Amino acid sequence: MTGVLAEVGYQSNWVEVLSAPFMRNAFTGGILVALAGGMIGYFVVVRGGEFAAHALGHIGFPGATGAVLLGLSPTLGLGVFCVAGALVIGALGHRARDQAVATGTVLAFATGLGILFASLATRNTSTVTNVLFGNLLAVSRDQLVVFAVVAVVIAGVLAVVARPLTLASISPEVAAAKGLPVRALGICFLVLMALATTVAVQVVGTLLLFALLVTPPAAALRFSARPVVVCSLGTVFGVVSVVLGLVVSVMFNLPPSFFVVTVSTVIWVVSMLVTRERHRTAAPTTR
Amino acid sequence: MNDGPRVGSTAPGDPARHEADVPPAVRLSGVSVGFGGRTVWSHGDLQVPTGGLVCIIGPNGSGKTTLLRLLLGMVPPASGSVEVLGAPARRGNPRIGYVPQRFGDSVGEAITGRDLVRLGHTGNRWGLRRDPGVEAEVDAALAAVEAEGFAGSRLADLSGGQQQRIAIAQAMVGSPDLLVLDEPLANLDLRNQRDVVDLLVTLREQRPVTMLVVVHDLNPFLPYLTGIVYLLDGHPHYGEISDVVDDELLTHLYGTSVQVVRTATGDLYTQARP
Repeated sequence: MTGVLAEVGYQSNWVEVLSAPFMRNAFTGGILVALAGGMIGYFVVVRGGEFAAHALGHIGFPGATGAVLLGLSPTLGLGVFCVAGALVIGALGHRARDQAVATGTVLAFATGLGILFASLATRNTSTVTNVLFGNLLAVSRDQLVVFAVVAVVIAGVLAVVARPLTLASISPEVAAAKGLPVRALGICFLVLMALATTVAVQVVGTLLLFALLVTPPAAALRFSARPVVVCSLGTVFGVVSVVLGLVVSVMFNLPPSFFVVTVSTVIWVVSMLVTRERHRTAAPTTR
Repeated sequence: MNDGPRVGSTAPGDPARHEADVPPAVRLSGVSVGFGGRTVWSHGDLQVPTGGLVCIIGPNGSGKTTLLRLLLGMVPPASGSVEVLGAPARRGNPRIGYVPQRFGDSVGEAITGRDLVRLGHTGNRWGLRRDPGVEAEVDAALAAVEAEGFAGSRLADLSGGQQQRIAIAQAMVGSPDLLVLDEPLANLDLRNQRDVVDLLVTLREQRPVTMLVVVHDLNPFLPYLTGIVYLLDGHPHYGEISDVVDDELLTHLYGTSVQVVRTATGDLYTQARP
């Protein structure tokens, strides 16, 4: 047994490692990001945030590497590009999603730019890997401050727009008739999504973003259709993914991103299996 | 508006509402409407009296939904003036309840009936403040459409008829004076069509509300109608029920031969002539 564990890289001192200061940052950061993502989780799954998560991740990549090239903070570049991207997607409305070829081409170009910027900024070669796959173990104190600010901003905005945003997400037609600014609410959501993306990229990277922003609320929606429950349960799923993922990654000395995504995926698969009986007859159009 | 919960409380046929000083539910004066240079319809001059059950009919593409959107303030008229319940049409008028087309399908699985009805009441409120009276009004609206038994389920898990009940409760919960419904019978089987019509008729008996209903098929509503708005040759018209339902007009309207039949029991219905 011990031999097998040693072969897969089992670290017998993992409990000690967990109590190291950098681990405290990792846990705090991961939980803050899971909170930020969880709060908007319901809206992400109801409003087709799958597309936004995908697009914003791609758009953020050249922002982060470009900032490094200019000697700025990658978080800043990521944030600026994600928010700008959210505004463009919001202005395009459905056209961004419908024109798959044009959108896909722009996103591929953005990724290409990101690689170019990274290769020009030769001094910091780890940036590409960090942005693509995240690096939770290297989360700094400054990053934690950013994560906390983002979580507070999302909570504050949601406290104001929660009900109108819910109605506009569920029935834009009724929301418009009630005089709500449906378009502006959509853009507001995308900006919140961009902020959540900015911090989530630093945990799991642009390529694995989906598993932290979309998968947990999608799993939660299998259990409940109540907005508050979906957000709460999605947050719990996100926190469990981050915490369990971190612990296991320390146990085997492997990158946390992989395990965070694995836990998130397992939660989703289990939630699909557990609720499949109830969903068999209903809603063939969704998932 | 909103002087206490009126849903559930019965005020059968309040006679004051039908007196001459009550403004019409709808008044169009010289209205034309169009998009991108194309005129959908023009010369809209009509008045729909308050308190009626009125169907809006016309061929596909004649602008029935556009008329509803005009009343809801969601599209501006290209010319003329649109008055609803005595005031210019505007978005967000709390005196109007709205059931859009294909409501159940569009809403999907991410909300329960009860939450949706509550959003019908509080969905346009900013901030987190809760009004303690809301739950009672939601209960009353659900009771009025007999949806208490399934209001906790997801919309997508309900039958078409149940979804339509929730949709109507969502529109009625603010105690509107005007209820507009866009094809509420679409995609329903005959029994559910019957149930929805009966429900609307009952609701109207219980409270003073004007109903405007866009329909494809007039028949399910025919015994209960007070008038019809018909979109004919690019213009909207209003007529009392007795003036409108005749073979010639309906044939002209639908572009196919239609016959009006009165049964021995006095029921009216229209049928396409073979």
